[in-house]
Amino acid sequence: MATGSARRTAAWALGVLGTAFSGLALALEWNLQPAVTRIAADVHSLHEYVMLLVTVIFVGVFGFMFYSVFAHRKDKRHAAAQWHENTTVELLWTIIPLIILVIIAWPATKVVIAQKDATHPDLTIKVTGYQWKWGYDYLRGEGEGISFTSVLSTPRDQIEGRAPKGPNYLLEVDQEMVVPVGKKVRMLTTAADVIHAWWIPAFGTKQDAIPGFIRDTHFRAEKTGVYRGQCTELCGKEHGFMPIVVRVVTADEYSKWVGERKQAMAAAADDPAKAWTLDELKARGEKVYAANCVACHQASGKGTPPAFPPLDGSKLVTSAKSAPMDIVMNGKDKTAMAAFAKQLSDVELAAVLTFTRNNWGNKTGDFVLPAEVKAARK
Amino acid sequence: MSAVLDTHGHAGHGDHGHPPSGIMRWITTTNHKDIGTLYLWFSFAMFLVGGAMAMVIRLELFSPGLQWVNPDFFNQMTTMHGLIMVFGAIMPAFVGFANWQIPMMIGAPDMAFARMNNWSFWILPFAAALLVISFFTPGGAPGVGWTLYAPLTVQMGIGMDLTIFAVHLLGMSSIMGSINIITTILNLRAPGMTLMRMPLFCWTWLITAYLLVAAMPVLAGAVTMTLTDRHFGTTFFNAAGGGDPVLYQHIFWFFGHPEVYIIALPAFGVISQVIPAFSRKPLFGYASMVYATSAIAILSFIVWAHHMYTVGMPVQGQLFFMYATTLIAVPTGVKVFNWVATMWKGSLSFETPMLFAVGFLFLFTLGGFTGLVLSLAAVDIQLHDTYYVVAHFHYVMAIGAVFAGYAGVYFWLPKWTGRMYNETLGKWHFWLSAIFVNITFFVQHFAGLAGMPRRIPDYPLMFETWNKISSLGAFGFGLAQLLFLYIIVSAIRSGEKAPERPWEGADSLEWTHLPTPVPHHSFHTPPVLK
Repeated sequence: MATGSARRTAAWALGVLGTAFSGLALALEWNLQPAVTRIAADVHSLHEYVMLLVTVIFVGVFGFMFYSVFAHRKDKRHAAAQWHENTTVELLWTIIPLIILVIIAWPATKVVIAQKDATHPDLTIKVTGYQWKWGYDYLRGEGEGISFTSVLSTPRDQIEGRAPKGPNYLLEVDQEMVVPVGKKVRMLTTAADVIHAWWIPAFGTKQDAIPGFIRDTHFRAEKTGVYRGQCTELCGKEHGFMPIVVRVVTADEYSKWVGERKQAMAAAADDPAKAWTLDELKARGEKVYAANCVACHQASGKGTPPAFPPLDGSKLVTSAKSAPMDIVMNGKDKTAMAAFAKQLSDVELAAVLTFTRNNWGNKTGDFVLPAEVKAARK
Repeated sequence: MSAVLDTHGHAGHGDHGHPPSGIMRWITTTNHKDIGTLYLWFSFAMFLVGGAMAMVIRLELFSPGLQWVNPDFFNQMTTMHGLIMVFGAIMPAFVGFANWQIPMMIGAPDMAFARMNNWSFWILPFAAALLVISFFTPGGAPGVGWTLYAPLTVQMGIGMDLTIFAVHLLGMSSIMGSINIITTILNLRAPGMTLMRMPLFCWTWLITAYLLVAAMPVLAGAVTMTLTDRHFGTTFFNAAGGGDPVLYQHIFWFFGHPEVYIIALPAFGVISQVIPAFSRKPLFGYASMVYATSAIAILSFIVWAHHMYTVGMPVQGQLFFMYATTLIAVPTGVKVFNWVATMWKGSLSFETPMLFAVGFLFLFTLGGFTGLVLSLAAVDIQLHDTYYVVAHFHYVMAIGAVFAGYAGVYFWLPKWTGRMYNETLGKWHFWLSAIFVNITFFVQHFAGLAGMPRRIPDYPLMFETWNKISSLGAFGFGLAQLLFLYIIVSAIRSGEKAPERPWEGADSLEWTHLPTPVPHHSFHTPPVLK
């Protein structure tokens, strides 16, 4: 009989799948990532506790149901009872779940309170979400004054399938956020354009970054290592491509990193008096372009119109300097074009403007000088 | 139930002159059965469109890397899949059931406002057209997620405006439909059909209609504020002008959480008709079902911010919304226990409608459990906006509601059309759907726990296996729904003639007081119930 064969096929398929899944689940990442903070550990135990409870209830309820499915069948000539009410039972299965909820609420409340307590930090870092990268500013504590942006470093070739994918595919950045182990770090989150969310699964820390507002969260990493997460609030086209990487190091290593970082920052600061040649400025601009512009306007300069217009052959890009300068520095309202005046230095802005005006088919032959950018900042 | 049989029911036709034939019959119809049919076919068409978008999503996610679509188009797919499924497929499907069933179940000749009923439906194709046209505007459809969060919406092209107008139209349609349902139930019940004697399906719809009237204007307000922020210089959601992006989320979810129950409650109603019928035993705890449904509806208005645990609310806010949310488990639990108690010591048989009802029970309960996990603010912060949430809401409202819809179609099709569907194929449809849907969504829990964010077109390598399995499941589920189309079309065209009482356990008025198939006009004079 065809119906029987449907049932047999289904049972067979379920059996095979069940076995396959249990094998897979052991071999794969299938549970919360190992906890590195106290909060994450608490979240794990809370999760396990609730799962246990839920499993017991599941077995209970569906035990009754499947027994009924098995035993109280018409084709076994089971006569239907006609009762349809029982006040005692109905009261019981209202009150018992209520009691269970109160029992869960107690540990859950403790974790929520701990999670919200960002007071007395050893280190305060502001993280700013941009479309599509993160900016870090070390505000208070050792390393105060350090500031950098952190961009996905996975090459485009890997994403588009022209090169084999590396082990940290989509979870690697050019500059990692570095913090000392065992210290309480308060993260202030904000954003420059749309809402993003800063998340490190191993820390149990996730906080939306909201433009125009500062929110906070905190973590105290108990193990050194590199921890990776991703933006978790849809923030436009490249939402899937703005990872977060935190390197937790010992106190000594941290001090060393702070020293190196400060030196590097001083060294990297461009000499304002430097006289640039067109080629120097173009070469510098190409790097700036690759880090900030390429996601939308593409390496080819062709963009992905109409949302992200082409730069190659654009009249605007090659017109009088003031027009492209205005767009790059102040952004374009109601589009994903950000105001880069706040994100890039005079030299970087001048370089990237020069690059776009003298690359692909664009041949203005002139350059935008850092001094001109400085003047335009006012 | 003792009642005097109404034999005028099938005198039917003719009384109202000759209805226009061909396409004009459907455009001008004010008959609740015709309009119900329109709603159901429309929603199934939208289900296929939204489903095709899901296939694109799962195709892109089959492997890491960008293979088939660019990230921008991927975002448009997730946005439109959500909007079309929620507003185009699931909601209209249950309004279709309401149109067909409520007048027959309460012994009314038609809906209270027959002409408005026509309009409620015919607004929908225009709304759907706006959504589809948005793909062909400069910049394409909005890629902001079905929640349409500000301020990303400000960056979108004209497609966003079309979507906003579509939401306005859908809201108008829902509100008119709801007013109609409330009025019909409160005023057109047959003598003796007291509120507490109504089939539970009517109760769930009465409560749902109130939810719709309360919630849809809130959504209309939210999208209108988005529209003025985009074009008229307001800054409701822009901090630079004194606004707040989080305000949008509060307004949206004040609509959005009741919306979940707007989808779920009518599904509960269908299940509460199907399970007793195939258990040959009255619904257990009818009164407590009514109270539980009401309690869920009231609670649904005070839990909205559990969708926003990561925006940075004060600790008191986190705790209030956590406690209020966990409370929903109590009335929801009562419903599940009542359904199981209805089956207990019944005389069960498992025709296709019952299979889908039990399937619903399984999916909905599983989704309810993950809902309990997510209600705990501390755990939710870890899982928010990951695939765990995607799995959760697909179980609880998307697929749960779809299974309830299938249960309803297989259950009432013989009554509506006078023809039986092919039982063997129906069972195949159930088993294929049930297996593939769990393959699709169960593994997404694992991906979410391990840390995969939602709404990303590409993902780190560790999530590859789960995504492959999920995609294969999705393709299977998608194909299985074409089988449903075949089953229904062949049943309507050439199905066996249905017996006068296709299901001996079904005992509401449409089964006991009307012939099979039901005449075009039923209950000219109300049945008298004692």
